[in-house]
Amino acid sequence: MAKPIGLEINGKRYTVQCEPDTPLLSALRDELGLTGAKYGCGEGQCGACTVLLGGAPRRSCQIPVSAAAAKPITTIEGLEKDGQLHPVQQAFLDAGAFQCAYCTSGMILSSIGLLSTNPNPSAAEIAQSLQGNLCRCGTHPRIIEAVQHAAAAMKERGR
Amino acid sequence: MSSQFVRFDPEPERYEFSAGPIHNFELARRDFFKLFGAGIAVFAVAKGSLAGQETAPTRGFHGEELPAEITAWLHIGEDGKVTAFTGKVEIGQNIRTSLAQTVADELRVPFESVTMVTADTALTPFDFGTVGSRSMPTMSPQLRRVSAAARDLLVAAAAKEWNVSPEGLTAADGKITNPATGRSLRYAELAQGKTLAQNLPAEDPVTPADQWTVAGKPIPKKDGRNFVTGKHQYTPDLRRPGMMYGKVLRPPSFGATLTSYDAKAAQTMSGVVVVRDGDFVGAAAGNEQEASKAISAIHAEWKEVPQTSSKQLFSYLKKNAKASDDNRSRRTKGSVQEGLSAAARRLEATYTVAFIAHAPLEPRAALAEWSDGKLTVWTGSQRPFAVRDELASVFHLSENNVRVIVPDTGAAYGGKHTGDAALEAARLARAAGHPVKVVWTREEEFTWAYFRPAGVIEIKSGIDADGRLTAWEFHNYNSGTSAMETPYVVANQHIEFHKTQCPLRSGSYRGLAATGNFFARESHMDELARAALMDSLEFRLKNLAEPRLRAVYEAAAKSFGWPRKKTQEGQGFGIAGGLEKGGYVATCAEVAVDRSTKAVRVVRMTTAFECGAIVNPDGLRNQVIGANIQGLGGALFEAIAFENGRIVNPHFSSYRVPRFRDVPEIEAVLVDRKDLPSAGAGETPIMGVAPAVGNAIFDASATRLRDLPMIPNGLPAEKT
Repeated sequence: MAKPIGLEINGKRYTVQCEPDTPLLSALRDELGLTGAKYGCGEGQCGACTVLLGGAPRRSCQIPVSAAAAKPITTIEGLEKDGQLHPVQQAFLDAGAFQCAYCTSGMILSSIGLLSTNPNPSAAEIAQSLQGNLCRCGTHPRIIEAVQHAAAAMKERGR
Repeated sequence: MSSQFVRFDPEPERYEFSAGPIHNFELARRDFFKLFGAGIAVFAVAKGSLAGQETAPTRGFHGEELPAEITAWLHIGEDGKVTAFTGKVEIGQNIRTSLAQTVADELRVPFESVTMVTADTALTPFDFGTVGSRSMPTMSPQLRRVSAAARDLLVAAAAKEWNVSPEGLTAADGKITNPATGRSLRYAELAQGKTLAQNLPAEDPVTPADQWTVAGKPIPKKDGRNFVTGKHQYTPDLRRPGMMYGKVLRPPSFGATLTSYDAKAAQTMSGVVVVRDGDFVGAAAGNEQEASKAISAIHAEWKEVPQTSSKQLFSYLKKNAKASDDNRSRRTKGSVQEGLSAAARRLEATYTVAFIAHAPLEPRAALAEWSDGKLTVWTGSQRPFAVRDELASVFHLSENNVRVIVPDTGAAYGGKHTGDAALEAARLARAAGHPVKVVWTREEEFTWAYFRPAGVIEIKSGIDADGRLTAWEFHNYNSGTSAMETPYVVANQHIEFHKTQCPLRSGSYRGLAATGNFFARESHMDELARAALMDSLEFRLKNLAEPRLRAVYEAAAKSFGWPRKKTQEGQGFGIAGGLEKGGYVATCAEVAVDRSTKAVRVVRMTTAFECGAIVNPDGLRNQVIGANIQGLGGALFEAIAFENGRIVNPHFSSYRVPRFRDVPEIEAVLVDRKDLPSAGAGETPIMGVAPAVGNAIFDASATRLRDLPMIPNGLPAEKT
């Protein structure tokens, strides 16, 4: 039975009416119109649906909405602050680290998750960390470059 | 095109799909200004407008005379804003940006002032489709010509205003200036109050590449910010008032027919609409989960037909080959028999190519809406006008009553030529009386889309004692004719394509058959070089006259450092190249093969690519490197497994595509030929990857891999 479930997304409280086992991805996209997280496989294999749950990157297609109620959720829509892009968004834009860009939201959120636990990752560590995110256009080298630029920018900013 | 080798032109590429009907420009001039406002408009009437459908530049499609047709238009508004209209589709190849650069360059306006309206059958001119690497060579010159003509109109308008002769007036930075008086008028001022329209003459002088100011520059992707913020709406992201979600009941296997059907349980679900139309069964509901539940509640029985499996694929293709019935399928020059007799060494080998899937990250999707008997469909397709025609035909509508709009799409790679999801959404929407969105699941995408055709390739060859080719016989079964000809100089050759019964639905793919044909030819050339005891590059150059191909070989070799001495055990180097679709490519690869585990790692690749004058070096680099990475998938591990009409591996967990840790160090060497027209770049850079890697694996391990993919079970030492 559909029931009201409270979610905290990008710092705002929302209530969605859906079955508890509805994937968080569907609740975000279809109930709340937050379509930045993408459906790519529905099986947790491609990373296009990645959001931050309690700050950690998670595949929103694999998380029942009822299990997402306890922790704050960040989606791609919540990263820009007062017209300022998040350093990772800015680095992707500067590096031209996308082609069709369907994977970009998931790549950016996975990268933010990585940088929160490892602020200065090597190229190999970035590759390892983004192994579950698919880019079919083959933009991988630029994505790694963008994450490294973002790491440097965040370090600079944090100083 | 050089005549130093045999141009093989057997038939229009069968997998590129045939041309649709020819359409007329239906938007009347006065309607145009009503829609877009007053100003200045120019319409490009291209000579032989269907030239975009050619697979080779030497003939018209099917050799027919082609009618003049409007292919692009451009509008300068009273606010000075420039809008250019084209039926081409943005699918990640960056065409929106590079075409806008072309317009800005020729019209002499800043890049930012140009908006491209793309792929909307109600607003943009007819276009065959974004296929065959044709957007750059055909659409870019047409947009240059409309832009140049618009500039002439602006000059004439300024001359009239100032009552001077147009000669000597200059156009720059969105203004017409009279250098004699120093006076200038902005384009906005000149467009004020006008409804000035002009058809283009067939030819107009345009700016040569060495004088470009906006084109030729690494301008970042248009609207890039919308992609890093998640604001861009792809088809699956769209929503319409009252929209429902649609799902389709899929048959258990290909070709199955519905024998019994009971949907009572589904029909009693609240808010659910069930449709049966022949073998089509679908449901629409208020959300995706309910639609899926409704589909699960339908009881259906199907009559299945026994089918072959991927295990028997290659013998099946050979066994079911049809005799070549026309000369378009084969080409002979000299006598292969004599060439083989005269050879000092002969070689014979068979290569195979598996079916592979495009697997674009955005699956097929469509949102359909009916209103007053008219149908509007938003869908990710490379051929919006063909989808419009499919819809018009299936629903018995006139084309005027169908509008297809393609939002910038999450890639296609040749996989989105058809309108499958559009038809499904439209059928469900008609029954539901509401707009319906259908988004294919990944499993549906892997099963019900179409595949790059599998094939068997057989080569027989001979070389003389000096290492010159004396004979070349090449047979392709099923996978297609693209790049089937050899670019090397051979006096005696026979090249033939064999149609066979193809067990899976097949269609276009990035580079199409060329990747397999390159793989066979360039692997074979490597084998011959070794037989001749020659360096693989030296052997190629000895047999190669085509200067543009020689140039990319030399550029790749120089940057890679070919030939290279091995410094470690298990190290190997390979090279391969060729030409296709007006682009010239050469790839060098380095691999490391672990002697004990046999694990293969691609360490480094250098690809040199030349496609005439470069319009956007940054976008081109993205395309070349992207093609190299995508090419690694088909080279190493991508293969569709099927059994009795079912796909066995329809998931990313069982169909392996390249991931971050598969990506080697890749260098793109871009050869800019400002003296040559721009060709497309989306496809050809993929073609050298598989043979270069295969040749490197042989160099490292003395194991010759003749089947694509070469390491289908993944890299043994690297379990992920």
